[in-house]
Amino acid sequence: MSAPERFLERLTARRAEDPSWVAARRQAGAARFEAMGFPTRRDEEWKYTDVRRIAEGDFALATDAAFDTARFDEQRLDIDAYRLVLVDGVFSAELSRLDGLPAGVSLEPLSKAMATNHEAVGGSLGRLAGVDFSPFTALNTAFAEEGVIVRLAPGTVVDKPIYVLLLSRANERPVMSHPRVLIEAGARAEATIVEHYSGEPDAANFTNVVTEVLLDRGAIVDHYKLQEAALTDLHVASIHVDQGRDSRFNSYNLNLGGALVRTDLVTDINAEGAEAAYNGLFFVQGRQHVDNHTLVNHNAPRTFSNENYKGVLDDRSRGVFNGKVFVKKDAQQIEAYQNNANLLLSDRAEIDTKPELVIYADDVKCSHGATTGQLDEEAVYALRSRGIDEPMARALLTLAFVGEVMDKVRLNIIAERVERAVAGRLPDRFNLADLVETAEAIQEA
Amino acid sequence: MLEVKDLHVTVEDKAILKGLNLTINAGEVHAIMGPNGAGKSTLSAVIAGKDGYEVTQGTILFEGQDVLEMEIEERARAGLLLGFQYPVEIPGVKNIYLLKAALNAQRAARGEGEIPAPEFMKLVREKSAEMKMDPSFLQRAVNEGFSGGEKKRNEILQMLVLQPKLAMLDEIDSGLDIDAMKVVADGVNSLRDANRAILLVTHYQRLLNHIEPDHVHVLVDGRIVKSGDKDLALELEARGYDWVLEGSAA
Repeated sequence: MSAPERFLERLTARRAEDPSWVAARRQAGAARFEAMGFPTRRDEEWKYTDVRRIAEGDFALATDAAFDTARFDEQRLDIDAYRLVLVDGVFSAELSRLDGLPAGVSLEPLSKAMATNHEAVGGSLGRLAGVDFSPFTALNTAFAEEGVIVRLAPGTVVDKPIYVLLLSRANERPVMSHPRVLIEAGARAEATIVEHYSGEPDAANFTNVVTEVLLDRGAIVDHYKLQEAALTDLHVASIHVDQGRDSRFNSYNLNLGGALVRTDLVTDINAEGAEAAYNGLFFVQGRQHVDNHTLVNHNAPRTFSNENYKGVLDDRSRGVFNGKVFVKKDAQQIEAYQNNANLLLSDRAEIDTKPELVIYADDVKCSHGATTGQLDEEAVYALRSRGIDEPMARALLTLAFVGEVMDKVRLNIIAERVERAVAGRLPDRFNLADLVETAEAIQEA
Repeated sequence: MLEVKDLHVTVEDKAILKGLNLTINAGEVHAIMGPNGAGKSTLSAVIAGKDGYEVTQGTILFEGQDVLEMEIEERARAGLLLGFQYPVEIPGVKNIYLLKAALNAQRAARGEGEIPAPEFMKLVREKSAEMKMDPSFLQRAVNEGFSGGEKKRNEILQMLVLQPKLAMLDEIDSGLDIDAMKVVADGVNSLRDANRAILLVTHYQRLLNHIEPDHVHVLVDGRIVKSGDKDLALELEARGYDWVLEGSAA
């Protein structure tokens, strides 16, 4: 039996209760996945990322959403937010907090939306992420049975972040989940949405998530993907964005966890005045492998994009950055800036970076650049010469390197969490929180 | 406090210091002068533990401890601090982070706890005011985009916060205009007391009008060839180094 067949076998065992339109989609996804098969390194898009660990895996589907309460409290972000929790892809009503949603905001698990409101969901779901995008989106389409549907009525400004927490358990047998996230922001609607991947430290599951974000005219969406999965977890994600006139999409793609991580981020800027900002950070160690593929399509004139991805790689970790900016023929007077900077903390870490600009318009402002280097030894010496020991000096400089991206993060709790993770090897006496507080207090005074 | 005996140092196999002797006692200010290439900066760099210098012979004792056996950061925590001629820019590391991490490292070495935030804020605000630095400098990355004079003032600010026992200042006067020189000199003078010592490395006598030394040494070709009081600096200013060379050769 081929790997795709083995995966799809799990599908046939379930889903008798699907409405016919859902069943039709699953079939289309399954057929496409079977035809494409898992990507190999011969595929240009997967040149540096080997997914055999996924293809050769044997993943069951979870059937319940039980999760240790103490660990849940430890893992979740302590923010005042509307919260929806999935455990190994299964919705947990118990851990979610969906009450008190303001007028104009709809936040529900995909299963409920599919069962009760299939027309609205059916209309947009899959519009951006079709089964042809990659074998993984096809696989997701075949299996998606749970996820999150966020819909914002025109003019709705959501008062609190929408927090989606996807937890992975250390199961006896590894499981796979194929969550689907759909965010539809009506005209001038504004929201902050956090996708947070976390779980038990020994989890070794396969998560294959697809997110679609539609921004109508003037909508503003801050989208955070905070990926702190277990260092044994396998994680594939694609995020697809469609931007209407004068809309703004701010992406924060922050990767700290996972054994094998691949994220595709694709934005179609389809109308004048729209702006996209891509802020990315990955910090990997051990034998982690993180691959970010980003694409910005400037399909309309007078649109703007700014991308800054930073990578910190330690031990024998490996990073891939492939950032493409595409400017359509008539998309004049656009501005597109892209930067990728990487810091190698070890001789055995490796980064493959490929920035690409493809421009068919002639009146544009574009720039791109990629740099890779080590910590500045003179700066290490300068700090040590003031009494700061070497690990702390290196940690301070590493924090400084990621600071440029973290300064853009507007949710402080996420910025602090990431900074703490980056500074994780600091000696005990180095009190980062205290430093940050002191700096803030002085700023305010 | 500091005792340098028969110090021989090579840089990339080239002998720079060739048997240097120097004793500095608490409460004293020493100035090392000399022509370019004499080894002035090498002396302070070796004491501070900078990479690239090989000590082939001799000893350096600081309060009885063997300095050459100490890590760079241990030297600083023990109270040996070097103010750089060319302070490096450290993008992204806020001044305030450096000051606090350094001060707490020093306190930890003395077995003291971390400085409470309000006390620390009061301290750094006072010291920045003394150096005529706007408090906004504390939030800026260390030396990034600072003018030459601002960098030098920032070096002295670090000294004022960390209160070294022996402050070594390598050409702290280079690139300073008269006003900045005054601020820097006032800062250095405020460090002077009976328990502390200062070692100035300088090319020009003018700094010594502002920071009056107790001892002046002339360093030529890796050795101290003449020592005297502040009048020696004036004489060097008037007559250059040649007469010293002739005198020592004779």
